[in-house]
Amino acid sequence: MKIDLLTSLYVFMLAAFIGFEVIKRITPLLHTPLMSLTNALDAIAVVGAIILAGEHKTTLAAILGTIAIISATSNIVGGFLITDRMLKMFKPSGAKKA
Amino acid sequence: MNGILGSDLLIEITYLIATALFILSLMWMSTPTTARRGIFAGEIGMALAIAGTLLHHGIVDYKLILIALVLGTIIGIPLGKVQMTAVPQRTALSHSFGALCVTLVGTAEFYLPREAPMSRFMMAVLCMEVILGALTITGSLMAAGKLQEWLPQRPITYKGQNFVNLGLLGVAIIVAIVLVIHPEHTQLFPAIVAIPLVFGVMMIIPIGGADMPTVISLLNSYAGLSAAAMGFVLNSKLLIVAGALDGASGFILSMNMSKAMNRSFSNVLFGAFGQEQTAAAGTAEARPVRSATAEEAAAILAAANKVVIVPGYGMAVAQAQHKVRELFDSLSKRGVDVKFGIHPVAGRMPGHMNVLLAEADIPYDRLLDMDEINGDFPQTDVALIIGANDVTNPAARNDASSPIFGMPILDVDKARTVMVIKRSMGAGFAGIENPLYFMDRTLMLFGDAKGFVGNIVRELSGGGGH
Repeated sequence: MKIDLLTSLYVFMLAAFIGFEVIKRITPLLHTPLMSLTNALDAIAVVGAIILAGEHKTTLAAILGTIAIISATSNIVGGFLITDRMLKMFKPSGAKKA
Repeated sequence: MNGILGSDLLIEITYLIATALFILSLMWMSTPTTARRGIFAGEIGMALAIAGTLLHHGIVDYKLILIALVLGTIIGIPLGKVQMTAVPQRTALSHSFGALCVTLVGTAEFYLPREAPMSRFMMAVLCMEVILGALTITGSLMAAGKLQEWLPQRPITYKGQNFVNLGLLGVAIIVAIVLVIHPEHTQLFPAIVAIPLVFGVMMIIPIGGADMPTVISLLNSYAGLSAAAMGFVLNSKLLIVAGALDGASGFILSMNMSKAMNRSFSNVLFGAFGQEQTAAAGTAEARPVRSATAEEAAAILAAANKVVIVPGYGMAVAQAQHKVRELFDSLSKRGVDVKFGIHPVAGRMPGHMNVLLAEADIPYDRLLDMDEINGDFPQTDVALIIGANDVTNPAARNDASSPIFGMPILDVDKARTVMVIKRSMGAGFAGIENPLYFMDRTLMLFGDAKGFVGNIVRELSGGGGH
């Protein structure tokens, strides 16, 4: 248990460093799609909700888990959709006008 | 037993691949040429992780999951199809949804019957998850409401506001500490959900419309951090990584925004960006300005070699971006080099102006960031300002008494000719007079942005090649 925790802390620290390095390099041009993309990725929290709803250990857990799946899924679907729509609009000079 | 272990391993492997894909997804987001590949990587990662989770041996009830997934999709599709001007409020709303998911899972975890009591560290992380999640739910809803203009945009302040807000947060943290030390007092738990819910509302009340880019980014960071905390509680490395990436992204964006608005680091961290700028003492002496007609403006633009257009949110409000694209096309056809200078806070969220211009079919290589374009102004024949004000105010550079002194601006005053499309001589958002308008080289083009740009375009095409 203690070891698990320490591993988790390591993972968090490394991911935070990677996050800073990777995000710093993203052109300000794409900061809006970036935010909608990270929003969709963040909705991976749905996996916790799925287990909660699926295990059905208590009624409370099942209800809260179900609502949590709904809100996370709407972020996944909506987030990927709108990010894709935005990125499709970014065209270089000389590209065919839509 | 073997089978169970086998499926657990398989699940962990899908999570591992999903984690790698998420990082790749953000790496590919760095440029427009690879960005769509980034979305694809994210989608595959997401699908893999969800499919893996469904193999979890403890799952007995697939019906609920399926219904919830379908319902979420039904809600998500319209949220993916909003207009580009509505993207900021959509983003705020989705921060709220993400935080709702995290808070609900945290609450359910707290009340789950378990054989061994939760460790203190775990309880502390769970409390953090729920507090951050709950304040993000209501804070983001408030932000979305203000952006959608369902709520008043202007900041509402009262005496002792900071004291009340910090007090609320303090009480929530004290309750959390008590819970960590005495986890048997489960009756305290609702308080660490309810108090941050109230705090989220109170936090956004004093914040005005122009500060929204910072607020959205900060809430993005909070949403990410609460998801990472949830990862600790569930011992899910995938969730920790996704939450940390999201948290880092929101943090960097809010730092960018605060730098662009000349606010300090601690100002952002503590969310105290609400205070209204004290308007400079109204020196309302009527100073003369030079104005020009669309015909004159068209002639000057047509004779220019290099033009930089500086759009502000006023352009989007006037729905003038398509007319601006026509102007861009018309000038480009005449061989004029036209670029766009974009201030980081032009728009309602980081990068918003780029999306609005890209939607109007302006090529992205013509959209330049403040730092990229500022060196170009001395060689620019015409700087055309449409619906922007404070971000072009030279007082930010050279008048230490100005409330916006120190804010990075677009150096439009260095261009040979400056043209400003503006309805009237009213002051900008911060109530600050803009000395730019009184320069000899400045021409004021009075009128509605869409109408005026349309008139210039008509003059350009009517005049033919001359």
